[in-house]
Amino acid sequence: MGSITLENVRKSFGSADIIQGASLEIEDGSFVVFVGPSGCGKTTLLRLIAGLEDVTSGQIRIDGADVTDVPPAKRGLSMVFQSYALYPHMSVRGNIAFGLKMAGMPKGEIDRKVEGAASILNLTPYLERKPRDLSGGQRQRVAIGRAIVREPKAFLFDEPLSNLDAALRVQMRQEVTRLQKQLATTAVYVTHDQVEAMTMADRIVVLNAGRIEQYGSPLELYEHPANLFVAGFIGSPKMNLIGREVAGQFGAATIGVRPEHITVARDGEGWEGTVGVAEHLGSDTFIYVDVPQVGTLTARTVGELGIRVGERVRLRPDQRRIHRFDTEGRALAA
Amino acid sequence: MARKVTGAKTAIWTAAAWLVGFIIFFPILWMMLTSFKTELDAFSTPPSFLFFHWTTENYATVQERSDYTLHAMNSIITAGGSTLIAMAIAIPAAWAMAFAPTKRTKDILLWMLSTKMMPAVGVLVPIYLIYRDFGLLDTRIGLIVVLCLGNLPIVIWMLFTYFKEIPKDILEAARMDGATITKELLFVLTPMALPGIASTLLLNVILAWNEAFWTLNLSTSAAAPLTTFIASYSSPEGLFWAKLSAASTLAIAPILILGWFSQKQLVRGLTFGAVK
Ligand SMILES: Nc1ncnc2c1ncn2[C@@H]1O[C@H](COP(=O)(O)OP(=O)(O)OP(=O)(O)O)[C@@H](O)[C@H]1O
Ligand SMILES: [Mg+2]
Repeated sequence: MGSITLENVRKSFGSADIIQGASLEIEDGSFVVFVGPSGCGKTTLLRLIAGLEDVTSGQIRIDGADVTDVPPAKRGLSMVFQSYALYPHMSVRGNIAFGLKMAGMPKGEIDRKVEGAASILNLTPYLERKPRDLSGGQRQRVAIGRAIVREPKAFLFDEPLSNLDAALRVQMRQEVTRLQKQLATTAVYVTHDQVEAMTMADRIVVLNAGRIEQYGSPLELYEHPANLFVAGFIGSPKMNLIGREVAGQFGAATIGVRPEHITVARDGEGWEGTVGVAEHLGSDTFIYVDVPQVGTLTARTVGELGIRVGERVRLRPDQRRIHRFDTEGRALAA
Repeated sequence: MARKVTGAKTAIWTAAAWLVGFIIFFPILWMMLTSFKTELDAFSTPPSFLFFHWTTENYATVQERSDYTLHAMNSIITAGGSTLIAMAIAIPAAWAMAFAPTKRTKDILLWMLSTKMMPAVGVLVPIYLIYRDFGLLDTRIGLIVVLCLGNLPIVIWMLFTYFKEIPKDILEAARMDGATITKELLFVLTPMALPGIASTLLLNVILAWNEAFWTLNLSTSAAAPLTTFIASYSSPEGLFWAKLSAASTLAIAPILILGWFSQKQLVRGLTFGAVK
């Protein structure tokens, strides 16, 4: 079991209000990702759940029980730190076993569990090594091993993959997801990497300046962003946001169209503009088109379409996939 | 890029390093040599370096005239006792300041050190009077208290700097792993800070062992440590260089031996932050 509830949680450091009233319901067994720009309070919110920081006001419940004043050691959660935070003076075995020893588990059982975790994570050959004699990826696995062996109510991850190279990151991303599904343990995962968020999450929490902007499944956020911030944050390249008269025609203060929802043609209907920049990625080509009265729009086209810089093109947005926002930036009903 | 190091250069630098080392060690060597001279040889100009009449009579005389064992015992008890008490106070204090700092932590550290900025002689009279009224003059407990308080700021500073080197994450990981504060201190913090704790301990013993101002002023005989024992040989009867040297050699011998055996720990601790 491991459902986590935050109720109007606030956190201030001195006079700075870092978390401004977060309410959240994390279901048992789900994989929830916190995303947001740097400094928006993702780590702080995770540390509040862990108990490593005290809330300024509000309540945190785990499985219905109020843990707001319970120390981290008693919350039954485990955490994987960005720096791994392995115990340097202990072997890999000692690191993984530490939590079980603290819980007073008998030695035979500890050995069995440690070896079980090590074999899941391919760490068996390294059990007697010290952390300093391991590679970054292996240290990462030890940190994960230390978290899973205790069979916690939930895993907390703070950007656990950010110190790995790109290839290893993709591999570990899949392993973490698979492991979480297999163990069916709640996971709260902090990242500022959109791809990680979209691929790993059951549900995503988008944070901005200490506020929760939206909480929903990856597709919900993509298809129905609740406001301009989420619209601009989720998706790559960013959604095109258009204001002024053009938006007025749609009865909104701002409209948004994703680059992949714009059809590019050489003639016919649509906004006319000049291609300023073309980025050829092979499979896709992103073109940046200067449209008078509208601004610079990004559009995605297939790689083979030989569009060159300076060419005049027509852009046709998919009418069903235009997002409309009011003057405060909130999404208007379709 | 690695520097090219020629054999000749290495030889010159090695010789220079040995020379500097020898110059630093020379006073101690000279003291030891003098302790084996007769009083006459000890005074002679030019001084003789090795070719004099070697004698151990100074050591015999020193033993006869004063109670070395008593003073050595006093030194061990006061230096050891003050160090242990200082560590017991300083470890929790330094943990708190390193891992749960407040806005005033820096000020408190500086304020503690400020007590060391005042010359000790400035508070000699009040402390002497307090000790007299409380019957602490010439007692071991009195010396332990004054040595402990005198070194406490430095001990806390040293431990604080070592503890600050330990990443907070690791302590938090222990907390997440279910460790209570005591277990976190015992199984995670202490093993990681051990070199720092050991070198602080040793340095404090050495400082307390050689402390001469308070020990000379607050003790005379019963509680007098080795510093008083040395000082008694530069007394009104005139200077006895050879006997003074013999007494000094006897006084520093224990600490020299301790330092020799613990030099590896000491160096590791003092360079703890540099090599991570
Ligand atoms: N102990 C602290 N004291 C004062 N301010 C803090 C403290 N910890 C965090 N902050 C501030 O809180 C804000 C949010 O920090 P936090 O570490 O939660 O951001 P984040 O979303 O995790 O960012 P990143 O993606 O860069 O890791 C930052 O402005 C930071 O300066
Ligand atoms: Mg962070």
